[in-house]
Amino acid sequence: MIVYILRRIGQSLVALAAMAILVFIGVYAIGNPVDILINPEANQAEIAATTARLGLDKPLWEQFARFVAHLFQGDLGTSFVYGRPATEIILQRLPATMELALTALVLSLVIGVPLGVYAGLKPDSIGGRSVMAASILGFSLPNFWQGLLMILIFAVLLGWLPAGGRGETVELLGIRVSFLTVDGLRHMILPALNLALFKMSLVIRLTRANTREVCLQEYIKFARAKGLSSTRIVLVHILKNIMIPVVTILGLELGSMIAFAIVTETVFAWPGMGKLLIDSINLLDRPVIVAYLMLTVVIIVTINLIVDLLYSALDPRVRLSQVKS
Amino acid sequence: MSDDAFISGLAPIAAAKPVSIDTPLRRIVRGFFEDRLAVFGLAIFIAIVLVAIFAPLIAPQNPYDLAQLDVLDGGLPPGSASMSGGGIYYLGTDEQGRDMLSAILYGLRISLLVATVSLAFAIVIGVTAGTTAAYFGGKVDSLIMRVVDLQLSFPAILIALILLALWGRGVDKVIIALVIVQWAYYARTVRSSAIVEARKDYIEAAHCLALSHSRIMFHHLLPNCLPPLIVVATVQIAQAIALEATLSFLGAGVPITEPSLGLLIANGYNYLLSGRYWVSLFPGVALVVTIVAINLVGDRLRDVFNPRLQK
Repeated sequence: MIVYILRRIGQSLVALAAMAILVFIGVYAIGNPVDILINPEANQAEIAATTARLGLDKPLWEQFARFVAHLFQGDLGTSFVYGRPATEIILQRLPATMELALTALVLSLVIGVPLGVYAGLKPDSIGGRSVMAASILGFSLPNFWQGLLMILIFAVLLGWLPAGGRGETVELLGIRVSFLTVDGLRHMILPALNLALFKMSLVIRLTRANTREVCLQEYIKFARAKGLSSTRIVLVHILKNIMIPVVTILGLELGSMIAFAIVTETVFAWPGMGKLLIDSINLLDRPVIVAYLMLTVVIIVTINLIVDLLYSALDPRVRLSQVKS
Repeated sequence: MSDDAFISGLAPIAAAKPVSIDTPLRRIVRGFFEDRLAVFGLAIFIAIVLVAIFAPLIAPQNPYDLAQLDVLDGGLPPGSASMSGGGIYYLGTDEQGRDMLSAILYGLRISLLVATVSLAFAIVIGVTAGTTAAYFGGKVDSLIMRVVDLQLSFPAILIALILLALWGRGVDKVIIALVIVQWAYYARTVRSSAIVEARKDYIEAAHCLALSHSRIMFHHLLPNCLPPLIVVATVQIAQAIALEATLSFLGAGVPITEPSLGLLIANGYNYLLSGRYWVSLFPGVALVVTIVAINLVGDRLRDVFNPRLQK
């Protein structure tokens, strides 16, 4: 087990290093870093001063050493727009994104698993088929389009829910959250649902396929033969066995949820990291873009590492095959 | 196709009608056409492609020729007649008086062009990488697959968005970004089926004939790995269209001078809250119909190619 953990941590570090090198190449080696790191509105003297201060006149390897050293200190440059360290601005927006992503994750499980089990138990019924058809739609329609339709229906036509923003927030353990106020919840329903729809479709398909497979197993037949109630068979015997793959996939998907939040946050004007990224792209605020990328990479790599380790703790076959190879 | 599946598919028909020869291809085509929904999807998709190709002939106006636009006709709802007597705007107009129907037809061209060109390049790169990995194995395999795994552990939209944020907008840049995020899917798909095929007797026979590596890889190995590749490619083309639309919607995709469906939706988004729904809704409907049609075809292809579902 220890061999496996060490090996897996090593892989994560390699992934981080690879991404850091790619970002460095993208910013410093391809194109002119002066354009990327220095405010486009600066004059000649300022450009010369900043070039010297950032060490852009030094050889490439020295610049790389500097970049890595700054990376370890969490220093990714200063935002042109806000005039404050890029890392600080991103971290300030992190809670809003995490709140949205976690809510969406819970929603996709709470709604997706029951629907998937139902479709798996009755694959040929009208209900089962409609669930599958809906999941194909949720799967294939672009996220931003679903969000626009939600705004059109629930905010513009029906006027039930607000179309954007975060609403009233309260402070919880030093972090501002929306889910504890009525107004915040009203603002959160549409974006959270929008972000959840894609994962929900994934959960539905996964749960359905697994349910169909598990239903054919001997132990389910045995449980039936033993005369257990079908509620007990579904809740205990089927659900237990389908949850491992579902939870694994969802864990891995939490990282992509943060990336997908870019779209949802833009559509619903939710003040998270994703909205910040799009605003920064439009304002050419590149230090913030680079900081966003590095932070997201760290988050995704960490999530993947934790999920893998948990999975191997739950399922010995995984770590055995990994150690062998 | 394995020989067993071939023979079992062949036997009953051969017994009834000894004259007709049933090839795997025919069986797949027949299997595909048994599903009416998939045929419907295919028909819609072909119609969309034709409409996109012949857009300049079909569209009532050239939406990017400013001389043909009439500002007086700006923001008209669907079905209204032109103020200057130029005809009826069936899907309404945008702020500049641009006919939405024409804009959508031209937008489809850009969307489909970006998706198909990036698909072609991604397939060539991915298939070469995947076949090479499976054929040579060992260090080559683990090197290529490490890169693939590394890339697939990050969401496609994140990679594409960051690349475009650093490069700026442009049709060519969007295509390159889509190729970069898509090749890994094909590499993984081809490699997983090629690694099974590479151990079979016919590949060993090809080795005994002292054929060159590239000949064995692309003439013997690759054709037998096509079914999963076709399924993934169908699904991926829908993904590429959706991804391009998303990037353009976010303002990081195609430039304003060459608007795809995603950019049309983004332009209309500003008017959504003021009730001018059509500027955003109809390009979206066109996008959704295209994607759903491709997915219907892809779902059926997956079933037809899946040996486990064959009786």
